Amino acid sequence: MSKHIRQAIAFTVVSMVLVGLYHVVLWGFASAVFPSQAEGSLIRRADGTVIGSRLIAQKFERPEYFRPRPSAADYNAASTSGSNYGPSNPDHLKAVRERIDAIVKEDGVQASQIPSEMVTASGAGMDPHVPPAAADLQAARVAATRKVDASRVRALIAEHTETPTLGVLGRARVNVLELNLALDQAFGTPVAAQEKNANAR
Amino acid sequence: MGTEYVAVAFTILFTIATSGLLGLYMTKVFTGKRTFLDPVFVPIERLVLRVTGVDPDEQQDWKQYSVSLLISNVVMWLATWTIVTLQQYLPLNPDGIGNMEPGLAFNTISSFTTNTNLQHYSGETGLSYFSQMFVISFLQFVTAATGVAAAVAIIRGLAGNRLTQLGNFYVDLTRATFRLFLPLALFVSVLMIWQGVPMTFQGAATATTVEGAEQKIARGVTAGVVSIKQLGTNGGGYFGPNSTHPFENPTPLSNFIQTWCITIIPMSMVVMLGYMVGRRKLAVVIFATMLAIYLPMVVFGVAQEAGGNPAISAMGVDQSTGSMEGKEVRFGAGMSALWAVTTTVTSNGSVNAMHDSLTPLGGLMPLIGMWLNNIFGGVGVGFINMLIFVIVAVFVAGMMIGRTPEFLGKKVEAKEMKLASLALLWHPLAILIPTAIACYVWATTADPGGTLGWLKNPGSHGFSEMLYEFTSSAANNGSGFEGLGDNTLFWNVSTGLVMLFSRYIPIIAPLALAGMLAAKPASPETAGSLRADSATFGFTLWAVIVVLGLLMFMPVAVLGPIAEHLALK
Repeated sequence: MSKHIRQAIAFTVVSMVLVGLYHVVLWGFASAVFPSQAEGSLIRRADGTVIGSRLIAQKFERPEYFRPRPSAADYNAASTSGSNYGPSNPDHLKAVRERIDAIVKEDGVQASQIPSEMVTASGAGMDPHVPPAAADLQAARVAATRKVDASRVRALIAEHTETPTLGVLGRARVNVLELNLALDQAFGTPVAAQEKNANAR
Repeated sequence: MGTEYVAVAFTILFTIATSGLLGLYMTKVFTGKRTFLDPVFVPIERLVLRVTGVDPDEQQDWKQYSVSLLISNVVMWLATWTIVTLQQYLPLNPDGIGNMEPGLAFNTISSFTTNTNLQHYSGETGLSYFSQMFVISFLQFVTAATGVAAAVAIIRGLAGNRLTQLGNFYVDLTRATFRLFLPLALFVSVLMIWQGVPMTFQGAATATTVEGAEQKIARGVTAGVVSIKQLGTNGGGYFGPNSTHPFENPTPLSNFIQTWCITIIPMSMVVMLGYMVGRRKLAVVIFATMLAIYLPMVVFGVAQEAGGNPAISAMGVDQSTGSMEGKEVRFGAGMSALWAVTTTVTSNGSVNAMHDSLTPLGGLMPLIGMWLNNIFGGVGVGFINMLIFVIVAVFVAGMMIGRTPEFLGKKVEAKEMKLASLALLWHPLAILIPTAIACYVWATTADPGGTLGWLKNPGSHGFSEMLYEFTSSAANNGSGFEGLGDNTLFWNVSTGLVMLFSRYIPIIAPLALAGMLAAKPASPETAGSLRADSATFGFTLWAVIVVLGLLMFMPVAVLGPIAEHLALK
């Protein structure tokens, strides 16, 4: 029996060390070959401060920006989660109804034009993408608020639409953060957001 | 929607095609033949065996093999439990995570030691980087390897003729860990990093968003955990929402690779059986039987999720892309449904969509996958479960034609049948009795009608949440209807115990069975023998699995998902 225990302890220690080494090797590889992905695909300003990650949704409330999908975690990327609402839950259906009403009111569209992605919470609450139709739905509002031609905003959407990998894997989608940054670059940053940013820094 | 079926079919076909190659590689590793990776990984194997103090030529019978297996797992349990309960004082903790409380640690460590990876904590707030490396991914390597080792020993027993020795546990464990999982995990991790999965020792990033708010973004040594989580049918995510999180599964391509990882080794185990017992036709029959259950489940699951939630359609929005609550745009409903079925027929348990929000019948598919628990199954153990059903099918078929049941030329007698029945009956008992107890506790302690207590959802869906939790524990799966408030003493202890018993009973009983069969002389097959490698037997096996494996769960299926489906219009 003591031999069994001795072997178990020795195996545990040596394989723990090797698994630790495995992580260090991967970390070294990642830092050398894919440094941007390794640190979380962060997007930075010219002064080096972090705006966010291109893989992580962030909250957009101002009418000048496109909105991401609803988040059960309120876009808190340090404590992510889905809603875990079952399909028949009355609270869930009420939340969906309220989101539909809000979009109908704000964007002046029919319910039938709203892709269900915009009224359902994503899996981790961090979905960085919306379907192209969901971006298109918001284009008129964004253009009107920014006082630019809607066709220029739609052109930006088209430019930022990713297609399925190899034609079949995944779905067509638009990265909301990248699209909004492109908006700011093309048409300028809304004044209020600029001031708030300066204060935050 | 059409392209999603194409993507689903492409993923499954690619996995089947590659399982032949990996099955051959695994056969070579476990029978001591040369492979092209030997120059790098054989020295690691030698080093580990030398430090462990194992003579590679020393053979063990089924009892010694089982004792080595159990004691190694006890030691791993104690070591890792100690780490998580002390993680606050250990290095590599940039986000200042506190110690794990002992009850939650009991659940977590039992969960990871049993290859279940049920999680009552959330990774980004509950574990330091040290624990992610030396507890989570360490156990994800060695417990997956434990399952493979047991399966290899059992296959040797089946192939043996008057054999008393099944091999050496530590040799098999070391080979599985460092010559099977390590090279595959390195390869997959590199692909994951390329696709955008973080691999950093820095703490959470702090961003000032475009609108000027602060956003903390948790990250860490994610890539190293994600690959082995998928390959070892572990399923325990780095972050709470698992592979729905964009850092754990950033692109459609990473999703494809991770889906491949879930089934590749379970499929290759069947191929390896064919090579090791020298009966490729038997492997083909078992593989085809598994596919004949898996594929209809996938098609049905995809159709359910693509069909959307009728209650949301009724509100008039465009639901043409399927039910999207709890799902991610980059994967779509089809690939999420494929994952949901695949992760539960194998005992993986990772998710790329929140299962609690699946459509009622879409959510029934994961439950069925775990009730059967042998369609490809967990690395090693799912395959062992399948062998138990094979033995039972042989017995049933033997009774029907009035002959002594035989499998691979060995007589299957009362003693073996008792062990097979024990392994088989444990599973429904471990699910149904605790679920009944949980319902009783819920009904007597919460204030039914007033509060939901530990449930997130009312009605039959709430019942499904409790049923799912014990199903997942007993199947050593680890996925969950995560709306359940499961970090309580009741859930931590009850699911912890279910996981422990449901891991070791279905490993040790079949090891004993294999030991008994191995010791018997193999009689030559004659025209009168029952051929296990025939289509007729495949059909019998299919029927035995469906009838024996599912019928006893019919009542709870009706109370939960089916009732919800009928009510949702």
